[in-house]
Amino acid sequence: MLGFLIRRIIQAIIVMLAVALIAFMMFRFMGDPVSSMVPEHATEQERAEVRERLGLDQPLFVQYGRFVARAATGDFGLSWRNARPVSTLLAERFPATAELVLVAAALSLVVGIPLGIYTALRPNSFNAQMLQFLSLVGISLPTFVTGILLILVFSVWLGWLPSFGRGEVVDIGWWSTGFITASGLKALILPSIMLCLFQLTLIMRLVRAEMMEVLRTDYIKFARARGLRDRAINFRHALRNTLIPVITIFGLQLGGLIAFAIITETVFQWPGMGALFIQAVNFGDVPVMAAYLVLVSFIFVVINTSVDLLYASIDPRLRVDDAGPAGGGH
Amino acid sequence: MHHRLLTTTAAVALGLFASTATAETLRFGASADIYGFDPHGVTSSYDNIFVHNIYEPLVRYSPQLDIEPALATHWEIIEPTRIRYFLREGVTFHDGETFDAEDVAVSLMRAVHPNSPLRGNLPGLVDVEIVDDLTVDLIMSGPSPLLNNFLTNIFIMDAGWMRENNAVEPIDANQGEEGFTTSNANGTGPFMVESRRPDSQTVLVVHSDWWDEPQHNLTRIEHRPISSAATRVAALLSGEIDLIQPAPLQDAARVEAAPGVRMLENPGLRTIMMGFNLTDTLNDGNVEENPLQDIRVRRAIKHAIDMDLIQERIMRGKSRNTAALIAPEVPGFAPELNERLPHDPDLARELLAEAGYPDGFAFNVNCTNDNYVNDEGICQALAAMLARVGLEPRLVAEPRQLHFERAQAGQTDMFMLGWATLPMLDGFSVLSAMLHSPEGSYGTWNPGQYSNPRVDELTQAIAVELDDEARIAMMVEAFGIAKEDLAWLPLHQQPLAWAAREGVEIYQSADDLARLWTVRINR
Repeated sequence: MLGFLIRRIIQAIIVMLAVALIAFMMFRFMGDPVSSMVPEHATEQERAEVRERLGLDQPLFVQYGRFVARAATGDFGLSWRNARPVSTLLAERFPATAELVLVAAALSLVVGIPLGIYTALRPNSFNAQMLQFLSLVGISLPTFVTGILLILVFSVWLGWLPSFGRGEVVDIGWWSTGFITASGLKALILPSIMLCLFQLTLIMRLVRAEMMEVLRTDYIKFARARGLRDRAINFRHALRNTLIPVITIFGLQLGGLIAFAIITETVFQWPGMGALFIQAVNFGDVPVMAAYLVLVSFIFVVINTSVDLLYASIDPRLRVDDAGPAGGGH
Repeated sequence: MHHRLLTTTAAVALGLFASTATAETLRFGASADIYGFDPHGVTSSYDNIFVHNIYEPLVRYSPQLDIEPALATHWEIIEPTRIRYFLREGVTFHDGETFDAEDVAVSLMRAVHPNSPLRGNLPGLVDVEIVDDLTVDLIMSGPSPLLNNFLTNIFIMDAGWMRENNAVEPIDANQGEEGFTTSNANGTGPFMVESRRPDSQTVLVVHSDWWDEPQHNLTRIEHRPISSAATRVAALLSGEIDLIQPAPLQDAARVEAAPGVRMLENPGLRTIMMGFNLTDTLNDGNVEENPLQDIRVRRAIKHAIDMDLIQERIMRGKSRNTAALIAPEVPGFAPELNERLPHDPDLARELLAEAGYPDGFAFNVNCTNDNYVNDEGICQALAAMLARVGLEPRLVAEPRQLHFERAQAGQTDMFMLGWATLPMLDGFSVLSAMLHSPEGSYGTWNPGQYSNPRVDELTQAIAVELDDEARIAMMVEAFGIAKEDLAWLPLHQQPLAWAAREGVEIYQSADDLARLWTVRINR
């Protein structure tokens, strides 16, 4: 177990270094960030001075090396856009993204799994067919279109829900939460629906396919022959086995939720890390972009590691195989 | 009984109070958040105008863009390089401190500090001498006819407050320390900061001790950035926002059709133009020489372009076509500079044949696709019109950072540029940056290397001429030469597009800056 974690930590570091390197190589194609920082009538000398102060006159690998050296001490530098520490900026925005992704992920599970079970158990009913059709729409419609449609219907036409922002938030320590105010909860509804729609339909279709597969297996037929009740067969035996691949996919998709949050945050002006990243791209704010990409790659590694650990605890066979070398208490 | 009477009176009184002193809140939806409150922190004119609600300059622009006294009541030229400003008495900062000459000296020197990103906006300031508590002398390196124009953008902070908070030197993005002034503010302006949550909301409340008579009837401003244009319009339509800037031009019809909201559209200061590569070779050509050096070819290009069609189809009729490099509001403009060559494709073909290119030639045309109103659409139309007279333009539309880097490095043959002459708001801005041959601080935006000795000579004379009439005459002459030379190809002044709820009144200044301290809300 410990060995596994250490291996993963080393992998995480390598992934983050690689992501930062690729990011730095891409920044060169993004244009000159200095043009956003000087007045339009600035002379070439003024531009050169700014470039020098920011270290942009140095070769790429020197810039990269400096970034890594500082990042290793936890210092991501100052944003070029407003001279605030990048770590502060990210910490300020993290709660917004985390809450949004959390709600979207919960929604996709809480709604997706029951719908999947329902369509698997009654594949020929009208409702199930309808859900299948709608899920196709959910998978194929670009998320920003759904977002704009939601705004049009629920904000402009009906006037029920806010079209942008997080509503009123309350600070608990450094964490700003929208969970405990009415306007904060209302503001969460549309963005989380937009964000979860793809995941939800994916999970629903996955659960349905897996469940139908499992229901055809011998041990289910045998259980039925033994006269077990439907409820016990479906939920205790079939569903459990269905969920193993679902967890893997869900884990991978959780990273996707954070990545997709960029679009949702832009459409709904959700003040999260994705919105911060988009601004940084528009401005050419290299420190913010680099730190964001490294942070996201870190989150990806953490999620994948947790999924692997979770996987072992759900599937006993994996645990037995791993028990010897990991030195567990069996 | 008595008790009930009392509550009724109280309710009536309350009602009366509410109707006389109504609390008006302006919810302003901008396309981006401000970077921070530091008035010398960034050069963006958008930030500058928002911070103008909080901090004030010595002299300011009225919404109609006339210079009027603000923290200085009047001024006089003692010597060409020594200008005396007499400061307003009885002005207080938001924290109660009194405004005086020391604040002016420390603030101006902070703005021109070598590390200040703003120092290019106040060129030539050498020192500020304090004469007495309410008088300062600005010492300039040479005669500065545009000093007042520049000063409209330099805000005054409280010297004591800066010292207390270790903020006398400007914020340096490379220092590794967050500046106090980014998140805190203490100005003399009509509004003070109540709270700020980056990218969500910045709240200003009225400063009741403001020295000036307020034109607004606001008690509170909520600045709420919404970067997605579609969401911004939706927020206006759903009544969550009172004023948006900018409103996307393609949604204008929808906004006008909706009840209770209206578009605000006027031609602005920003002139959109195409620059020519006038060096010896084309960057992306199929001929040895550079045909663009031939004035007949440039004239052919002008005749080939149908600006009326672009105005009608791409700009919804809201742009103002122009032959001048500056808008009519800008000093240096004269009606004769604005006589356009007619659209005449046959003449264009003739001119090309005459110049020796009956079959045209290839060159690249570079545009932004995210910076000006419908910039990409304009360029596609231009390329199609040029192709119709036999030329082979290769269109490249890119995000602004890439475009400007390429254009400024002289890697394009025809490139798009929009120039509003801000912050100096004077024709000299165009002459010094775009028409003077590139040398030193001149010609910083003349990558095509247009060069005319007479224009250079005039520009240098204008730089130090303190007599307004003589200056303007020289500017008109220089612009006339550049027009004859077809140095640039001016297209139009792009429209300003804002949208507001009915009852929200604001004068739409031509510089596209929303002066929120002039907003009135009527119900």
